[in-house]
Amino acid sequence: MKETKKWDTRKTDYQERMNGAAQYIRNGKVVAPGDTIKVLEAVIRPFDRVNIEGNNQKQADFLANCLVKCDTQRIHDLHMVQSAVPLPVHLDMFDVGIAKKLDFAFGGPMAARVATAIKEGKLELGAIHTYLELFARYFVDLTPRVSLICAYEGDANGNLYTGFNTEDTPVIAEATKFRQGIVIAQVNKLVDKVTRVDIPGGWVDMVIESPKPFFLEPLFTRDPGGITDTQVLMAMMAIKGIYAEYGIKRLNHGLGFNTAAIELLLPTYGEELGLKGKICTEWALNPHPTLIPAIESGWVKSIHCFGGELGMQRYCEARGDVFFLGPEGTMRSNRCFSQMAGHYSVDMFIGGTLQIDKYGNSSTATANRVAGFGGAPNMGCDAKGRRHSTEAWLKCGAEFVSQDEYLGTMPRGKRLVVQMVETFGEKMAPAFVNELDACKLAKNAKLPLPPVMIYSDDLTHILTEEGIAFLNKCRGLEERMAAIRGVAGLTEVGLAAKPAETRLLREKGIIKTVDDLGIDVSRANRSLLAAKNIRELVDWSGGLYDPPARFRNW
Amino acid sequence: MAKQLRELNFEFKAETPKDFPAGFLHYGVVGSGDMEVIIEKKAMSGAVKFKVVTPVTGFDEVWRRVLERFVNETGISNASLEINDCNATPVVVSLRLRQALAEIG
Repeated sequence: MKETKKWDTRKTDYQERMNGAAQYIRNGKVVAPGDTIKVLEAVIRPFDRVNIEGNNQKQADFLANCLVKCDTQRIHDLHMVQSAVPLPVHLDMFDVGIAKKLDFAFGGPMAARVATAIKEGKLELGAIHTYLELFARYFVDLTPRVSLICAYEGDANGNLYTGFNTEDTPVIAEATKFRQGIVIAQVNKLVDKVTRVDIPGGWVDMVIESPKPFFLEPLFTRDPGGITDTQVLMAMMAIKGIYAEYGIKRLNHGLGFNTAAIELLLPTYGEELGLKGKICTEWALNPHPTLIPAIESGWVKSIHCFGGELGMQRYCEARGDVFFLGPEGTMRSNRCFSQMAGHYSVDMFIGGTLQIDKYGNSSTATANRVAGFGGAPNMGCDAKGRRHSTEAWLKCGAEFVSQDEYLGTMPRGKRLVVQMVETFGEKMAPAFVNELDACKLAKNAKLPLPPVMIYSDDLTHILTEEGIAFLNKCRGLEERMAAIRGVAGLTEVGLAAKPAETRLLREKGIIKTVDDLGIDVSRANRSLLAAKNIRELVDWSGGLYDPPARFRNW
Repeated sequence: MAKQLRELNFEFKAETPKDFPAGFLHYGVVGSGDMEVIIEKKAMSGAVKFKVVTPVTGFDEVWRRVLERFVNETGISNASLEINDCNATPVVVSLRLRQALAEIG
């Protein structure tokens, strides 16, 4: 006789868990906030894989604060799979024993606590991922059993409105629900009819109105008041030496003051060089307030956003030709799709880092901080599956002389991946080092690999105040290292440069200094910025940009 | 409590010196900015003298290299420069010096 095999154990398990919570679910799918801890204890089992929604912007903080208060007899040793761990509560979870293992993408302000928890044996690190890579694993080997998500509005049927800050919610809900997992949402407001259905009610098991709106971090807001003259100089070098040189139309900017300076120089210096319409037209980018002057001046055709930036909602809604809006008029961000766009559809990524080694590998990890990289590695690489071409991509590929060692005479393009750093950073910390601190971190935190943000074979250009190194034009590692030394200033790496060798690289056009680029240094000062402070950004937006309180310094 | 200031002195001669017209120049403001430089023309048989007043310790060699390179790259000669530093990075020092020289014209 043939044994009858069961094919619905996940469904049975789901029903058992939901039965345990049934007494707390009223009026459709609504749970009272005061019953949240009981509900979590009913549906979560020890060793479960659990997702708490949270990235570098919005956080399901109410549900996280409830989970950490659960009875550790009932819930312990969870395997957390989540984009980011930026809140103290995310690490408290490991201190009290609720959670044991972590797979994530971004550490943010908790980077040091992640390293400590690993060292103390409280946290077992699965891996540090990119966002897209972690989302991909949600559909293969890291599917959450229970996901705790957040939204602006929810109704009794479970429909959610995530609006401007949709971000990671769709990908988490889909991966969890379609594997018979449980999805619990905290919402800022329970409503009769949601503004827009971003997540269909059928994918959501419980809706809880949180006592306070979910936490939102304005991570991508840079006050132009903090931009230095050196950053203005480097932004001029970037625009003239790279953007104009390659005709970069489709791009992503990493966060920071260097790229904020570039954004604020487009309507002034960029306009002067006659580049409007020729560069910076289509973006995968968060709604950076510092891009407002360029948008208002007609530079930008399209922006798809990973997330929503606090204070930018009304402005985005009023610029429907530029941003992606729903039929009812609110922008919809989507981290998964925007990361995909940033991986496949841009021709340049430009960003900063803490350290670059003598070979050109870079990392933001230091000896005692497990920082994670968010999306940078997906945008800071040449997408190997890319098959469409653009002028910028073809030009960079044509200059990439080492390519023939693999492809023979077959032509291929290459994404520009640019690291923009001052040779000495804050507190005179050198940006160029012989060995990355990430190597020490790998030993301290027992990681299988040093966490490298961008590998040298993906890096095409380094821009410092000393000049631009066109690494794509270098043949072989020796020449690349010489080009890196040539722009590394007075750091230990730069001091090893040989003047004759650097001179030769300048003649070959592999290094271009400020003088080689024909830039007038006397103009490199803050007066060239289209907006010099947050107040002027508000003025540019016609009062539509509503900066968070901490940026209102007037 | 105010941090103690140190004085560093350097003298260089450019490989290919050029002549500069200006008499006196004061550029940059210390305190509200990152450094101040005062350039004065002085007959020194082609040499350039620097007096650096700085709160920073441990970077004397970096100062020497930044200033020496500035002299060689610009060809500045017969001048006395006084720098009052307020934690400027090497980049800022180079930038301010070059901007000061551009003012002279």
